[in-house]
Amino acid sequence: MAIKVQSNAFDAGEELDRFMTCHDGVGAVVNFVGIVRSNSDDEPVDKLVIEHYPGMTEASLQRIVDEAEKRWSLKNCLVIHRYGELSPGEAIMMVAVQTAHRQAAFEAANFLMDYLKSRAAFWKKEYRAGASEWVKSRHEDDVAAQKWQDENR
Amino acid sequence: MKPIEVLYFAWIRERIGHPKEQWTTKANTAAELVVELCQRGPEYQAAFRDLAAIRVAINQEMVPLDSPIKEGCEVAFFPPMTGG
Repeated sequence: MAIKVQSNAFDAGEELDRFMTCHDGVGAVVNFVGIVRSNSDDEPVDKLVIEHYPGMTEASLQRIVDEAEKRWSLKNCLVIHRYGELSPGEAIMMVAVQTAHRQAAFEAANFLMDYLKSRAAFWKKEYRAGASEWVKSRHEDDVAAQKWQDENR
Repeated sequence: MKPIEVLYFAWIRERIGHPKEQWTTKANTAAELVVELCQRGPEYQAAFRDLAAIRVAINQEMVPLDSPIKEGCEVAFFPPMTGG
């Protein structure tokens, strides 16, 4: 299991290559990479700036990974999330999981993404057309995260 | 009077004008701390105008606004997170 919070750009292909060193019993790998969109509300995006809370950000990611491990039998898990200034087309974050079977890998990756949206200590600010705006949290993201909690009851 | 550290993030930090500060408080809860900070000036009032849009963490763990504040703790205020 690895969690990386970094300002440096990363190569998702290289990261996935390294992650493909599989343990015994691994039958599935699911990988998701989030990219800075070049357009938002039909306007070109100049850049994205991501603020984080050193210490709490890592702790919040660890809690999310721990929760995923409780729910699925993960053979391995990787979470990378950047902070600082990012340009359109750059990778923001990446999750990858290894499990024995396909269904668990898809579900765990989906869960990690749903929780990362609303429970990892990051705040995005979007710069476009000479103005900047803090990205608002989306109600759909809260609902998506809540859905997993409700299922667990 | 309890010495604490207060941190601000995202637009809350921008409205207040600095990312963190040492503060000595009489507040017993995070909610009381907000009231106390708002008495310091309009920048704090602007930051804390809409309490529904504010989340709080004590010692780097998200807690409800009525949670107790202890001496030496780290209190952070921020908007809902937008990771991923």
